Amino acid sequence: MSTVTETNQGRAPASAPVPPAIELMGISKAFGPVQANKDISMTVAKGAIHGIVGENGAGKSTLMSILYGFYKADSGSIKINGVPTEITDSHDAIAAGIGMVHQHFMLVENFTVLENVVLGAESGALLKPSLAKARGELKRLAEEYELDVDPDAVIEDISVGFQQRVEILKALYRQAEILILDEPTGVLTPAEADHLFRILRNLKDQGKTIVLITHKLREIMDVTDSVSVMRRGQMTATIETSTTSPADLAEAMVGRRVMLEVNKPPAQVGETVMEIKDLCVKDSFGVERLKSVSMSIKRGEILGIAGVAGNGQSELLEVLGGIHPASGGEILMGGEPIDLSVKANAGHRRERGIAHVPEDRHKRGLVMPFKTWENTALGYHNLPKYSKKFGFADQGAMLDDARGKMERFDIRPPNPQLIASSFSGGNQQKIVLAREIESNPDVLLIGQPTRGVDIGAIEFIHQQIVNLRDQGKAILLVSVELDEIQALSDRILVMFDGRIQGERLPENTDEKELGLLMAGVNPEDQQ
Amino acid sequence: MNNAIPKWVDIGLIPLLNLLLALLISGLVVAIIGESPIEAVKVMIQGAFGKFGIGYTIYYTTNFIFTGLAVAVAFHARLFNIGGEGQAGLGGVGVALVLLAVPWPHWTIALLVASLAAMVFGAAWAAIPAYLQAKRGSHIVITTIMFNLIGSALINFLLVGPMKAPGMAPETSVFPPEAAIPSLYDMFAVIGVSFDKHSPANISILIALLAAVFVWFLIWKTRIGYAIRAFGHSEDAAVYAGISPVKIIMVAMLISGALAGLMAVNTVQGQARHLVLDSVLGAGFVGIAVALMGRSHPVGVVLAAFLFGILYQGGGELSFAMGIPPEMILVIQALVIMFTGSLENLVRVPVERLFFSLRKGGAA
Repeated sequence: MSTVTETNQGRAPASAPVPPAIELMGISKAFGPVQANKDISMTVAKGAIHGIVGENGAGKSTLMSILYGFYKADSGSIKINGVPTEITDSHDAIAAGIGMVHQHFMLVENFTVLENVVLGAESGALLKPSLAKARGELKRLAEEYELDVDPDAVIEDISVGFQQRVEILKALYRQAEILILDEPTGVLTPAEADHLFRILRNLKDQGKTIVLITHKLREIMDVTDSVSVMRRGQMTATIETSTTSPADLAEAMVGRRVMLEVNKPPAQVGETVMEIKDLCVKDSFGVERLKSVSMSIKRGEILGIAGVAGNGQSELLEVLGGIHPASGGEILMGGEPIDLSVKANAGHRRERGIAHVPEDRHKRGLVMPFKTWENTALGYHNLPKYSKKFGFADQGAMLDDARGKMERFDIRPPNPQLIASSFSGGNQQKIVLAREIESNPDVLLIGQPTRGVDIGAIEFIHQQIVNLRDQGKAILLVSVELDEIQALSDRILVMFDGRIQGERLPENTDEKELGLLMAGVNPEDQQ
Repeated sequence: MNNAIPKWVDIGLIPLLNLLLALLISGLVVAIIGESPIEAVKVMIQGAFGKFGIGYTIYYTTNFIFTGLAVAVAFHARLFNIGGEGQAGLGGVGVALVLLAVPWPHWTIALLVASLAAMVFGAAWAAIPAYLQAKRGSHIVITTIMFNLIGSALINFLLVGPMKAPGMAPETSVFPPEAAIPSLYDMFAVIGVSFDKHSPANISILIALLAAVFVWFLIWKTRIGYAIRAFGHSEDAAVYAGISPVKIIMVAMLISGALAGLMAVNTVQGQARHLVLDSVLGAGFVGIAVALMGRSHPVGVVLAAFLFGILYQGGGELSFAMGIPPEMILVIQALVIMFTGSLENLVRVPVERLFFSLRKGGAA
């Protein structure tokens, strides 16, 4: 692995040396006792695509927030195009030619594309001239960079991929020369992600500088010229992308060798445990989120549900887990129907052998201010093993149980008295997983098992899921990470717009075909 | 990895600093109106702890423990019960009804029955807002505060109508002497210690302390307490865990209302010995400040209730002895509430910073 300090491979000018677009020198930032950034120096050449990788909490977002003026660094300095620049808020950042596309878009939902682009950059008291000017500019940008969006479309009506383009347009409209993208592909289909990368390459060809924050190593390999790796608030390496490999990057991120593949023996599929027939769900506004979904899950198999976020997978998990009532259809466990009325709750599902690792562990899976031993009993706190007479809880039993779970699932630090929020994402997920797996369910529902989880823990979590399958349990896996679905599933269903768009076996399909299904296109129709 | 500040800082030092700040500003206000702050503090302390004052201080403390615990229990389910005033008032109605209806043979039985009645009436008055919140989503802050007004109107009606004693005043008849519970004077007399004979403090202080112990067990040791806390921290996680929000809202509010209602044993049965208008005298609202300052922990609530008892009694003395207007007491109380409640981070953040930098220095 060759480490370079100066990355000028983006463009090598023949004449005078071009100063780097971004130069961070000795940036440190602490939040209370947490040192989020520690003496970070980084140089990004003008006209380069520079990746920043690191596990959750490694300090990537903090660093970029300092560059964009959201936070003030405790020490250190910033040079933009060789000029020392003081960035105290986002206005300074915009003035210095820095634009940022956040992970969660900052768009006004009921405004048009044009209005969103102009918002905050109006050139006068009257709106009309600003809009007219923006319209022309938008047209030019669209042609130049493949950034075509209908300027009069309302944000809430366009897809996530288009919304992201609006964010990029906003930055370019403000004359951004440096564009920071924070986890831009998390919400995109593979095809949309490819389009985004084409846009980024176009931008680069026009001399723009791009900083890409991501945890997907493949994207780094595909699109960047150079990459910086962060670990625990420090920058551990800056490498030319062409000289490295995903395995090397993963090692630099985690600090040890990691297995990127899942070790999975062939499935021993048994009889059907859970059958879902014509399941329908309406949200609180009466909009149908699940439209007559049917499937069956067998013992000893992992059934993967692929799809872009927001196509009904979350609702499917929540209905099966007893959090939302269904508006129609039925669910059979071992041939016996389950009570789907409003009265039935998550407790009833657990009694029927359905355990649930929810998509959002902060919101649902854990009570963040609860101690670990309280969290490992969550949902099972009324079981006889945790109960004493007169309504008292058997806290001794809960504590013993938590200790065992922490040991078996390698949850660190192994102190059951620590509250959930003091653990890292991976260890939090292991707490949830330990609780649900050890409840010995017939069916395990599991949503986004490795979202926000460090690479080291991903390995472990995947292995636990496979082990559970090999014990003859049925697993319903929902993930927006297509890699994860492909690596773990024995059978794949693709959801689009609340329906099952198609079923594939992982060995007979590829990312391209799944990507089309995720976008609502039936590959057979295209031929 | 432990990012938490130690407990003694969290529940000891920070509230103390808040209190000192509040008193400092109060002193400034006293100085501005031309009185000596030091003299004022002296008068307050003497007023609260003197031979005649201490009984009143304990009496007020008892009230505030009940209402403070009531607010604290609801807080644990993230419910803001500001209906303590009405629930305690209705508790008084319950006490008066059972004590007037039946001539109870002995004070122990009378105390037991009156306590039960106070709890049932207080809980019932909390049940309606709780039901509206649980089933209809009507905000409990709005409904409980409206139920204070309704409760007060209802008591007015009862005291000029069905429950009115013969005579001019809107009040019930005096309870039979068998229903009188021992005052602190009676209790101390048993062990041969003399205590102010005219002090209103009575055996209810023991009930209040028992209630605090009960709340501690309830919240931290029982399964329903577990469910209440889980719901209070995260409704989403509670629903995921199969905990019914409707049930938790109802249970927490019923217990909360019952605790507020119990206050009537102290005021109506213990002190007044008949039901009068305005028997609660704002204790329901003070309970909010007490729960805030006590961080919803029974020990904190008892300590905070004692503090407010001192402020109440000492403050009364202040206006009596120094001619400082009684509104000043409200100002001081408001400052305490402001500093311990809404301005808490004013002290918390710097103290946490200081603490972490000290620790970092120590570790390095």
